Amino acid sequence: MSETSYTASEMMIAVAARMLKGARTVFVGVGLPNIACNLARYTVAPDLELIYESGIYGARPERLPLSIGDPTLVSGAASVVSMADLFGLYLQRGLVEIALLGGAQIDKYGNLNSTVIGDYTKPKTRLPGSGGALEIATNAGRTFMIMRLKRRAFVEKLDFRTSPGHLTGGDSRARLGLPGGGPELVITDKAVLNFANPDREMQLCALYPGVTVNDVQAEVGWPLRLAETIGETAAPTTEELRLIRDEVDPHAMYR
Amino acid sequence: MKDTSDKLVSMQKAIATHVSDDCSIAIEGFTGFICFAAGHEIIRQRRRNLTLIRMTPDLIYDQMVAAGAAKKLVFSYMGNPGVGSLYCIRRAVEKSIPCPLELEEYSHYGLVGRYAAGASRAPFFPLRSYVGSDMLAANPLIKLIDDPYGTGKIAVVPPLNPDVAILHAQRADRRGNTQLWGLLGMQKEIAFAAKHVIVVVEEIVDEATIRADPNRTLIPALIVDAVVHEPYGAHPSYVQGYYDRDNESYLAWDKLSQDHAAVLAWLDEWVYGLENHAAYVRKVGLAHLEKLKPEPWLAPPVDYGRYR
Repeated sequence: MSETSYTASEMMIAVAARMLKGARTVFVGVGLPNIACNLARYTVAPDLELIYESGIYGARPERLPLSIGDPTLVSGAASVVSMADLFGLYLQRGLVEIALLGGAQIDKYGNLNSTVIGDYTKPKTRLPGSGGALEIATNAGRTFMIMRLKRRAFVEKLDFRTSPGHLTGGDSRARLGLPGGGPELVITDKAVLNFANPDREMQLCALYPGVTVNDVQAEVGWPLRLAETIGETAAPTTEELRLIRDEVDPHAMYR
Repeated sequence: MKDTSDKLVSMQKAIATHVSDDCSIAIEGFTGFICFAAGHEIIRQRRRNLTLIRMTPDLIYDQMVAAGAAKKLVFSYMGNPGVGSLYCIRRAVEKSIPCPLELEEYSHYGLVGRYAAGASRAPFFPLRSYVGSDMLAANPLIKLIDDPYGTGKIAVVPPLNPDVAILHAQRADRRGNTQLWGLLGMQKEIAFAAKHVIVVVEEIVDEATIRADPNRTLIPALIVDAVVHEPYGAHPSYVQGYYDRDNESYLAWDKLSQDHAAVLAWLDEWVYGLENHAAYVRKVGLAHLEKLKPEPWLAPPVDYGRYR
């Protein structure tokens, strides 16, 4: 382990990358998820192929993409297809093993809101909306959320359910016939949470160095369930930090 | 069927002929190939009550909404890509400035499905999405039906057939056979879905160039009404291999667009105050635009073979 100082974003990137160990395909968003996926290709998942909703399979970006539609994702990719083909032949076909998602709000069953704060017809804040998140959450084999732990984001009740997680918990997702496995991990800036219980309810499973259970509970809007054993996540290694700083985000755009 | 004659016209003529008040238009292109030149000409000709259709409204629809051109927006992701919010659209939705804006909202695959059904004149498009989402309640056009083959509930969306689709691409011939490479988005599907099609290109090429590489022709002249030659017509978005996104413009818009008066002043300076897109290009400056050109990365030629 390194004694070097690191930022909360660097910790999230390092943790997310480790979770992609051995994965073959990942559906990528812009920002932190993008950096995490590119880091994973250097470390734990050398065969990882990056899939972007803009129609890219197997991207090899030569610079950090400014958006999911950056032209650097096209040049050198394995395949570029229409969005009808990307959503139909890759996602709905079941070729996406892991998807990384975020949102403005998440509830205890991993359902996400990226549509509105307030009432849908008279919103207090109009958010971007689904994009591909709804069908990604529906069809991806496994879904990992990357979100900063904040009380206004981890809420008892969503203002709008954009993307389905484990719905009302238990087997409610399977009963509705959703093809993908649903939320598996929530990677935050303080801790990692999972849904590994019969209720499929979010539970704290690992704390980052120096963080307490109370620190996490303080940022969650419902009484947080604890896993039977709570581990400690290792800080970023010197090598992980070097790769993040020198290779995948040299201009410090997302740190 | 569109005739096979020369369809090359000015942007001014193409918009004046095909885009009228109250019609529905789709200026497509995902992140790149966004025809700002066409959007600005529509603002300049002061069209009103348009229904604007785009998966990602981007800066161009933000500008058109601020100019008061739109009454309704059909979309699936409303953001300044990689930057943040679209403040003009939010002002219209949240505060009715400059006028109220009706929203019709989908997820990406839902709107993709509407384009695809529209393109092939199919009655609906089935997709595995929307089950367990509040979007079903928010948009009654999205329906859950029983799969007639017995796999349970399946979402369907109806065809979408805009009055006009406007697509930007690298090159076309004068009849409108259009070639595009890079992100394909849903440009082909929306062209086949629309009642009228305007293609806007960086280069006009002869028919032999098109026929030498037929796999690259996404849009055939058969469905094209007008061809416009408008270099840098997608600036500040990008055209693969020709110019990069002018990201400074996207960042600047993020700040400027938070104030409606500043947006109106911007429109005066950059749209109303300019005669056409060529004047816009001169104002941006060719030296600046040259800096957006990527270094080449050529694909080796492929051999189609000659069979006779």
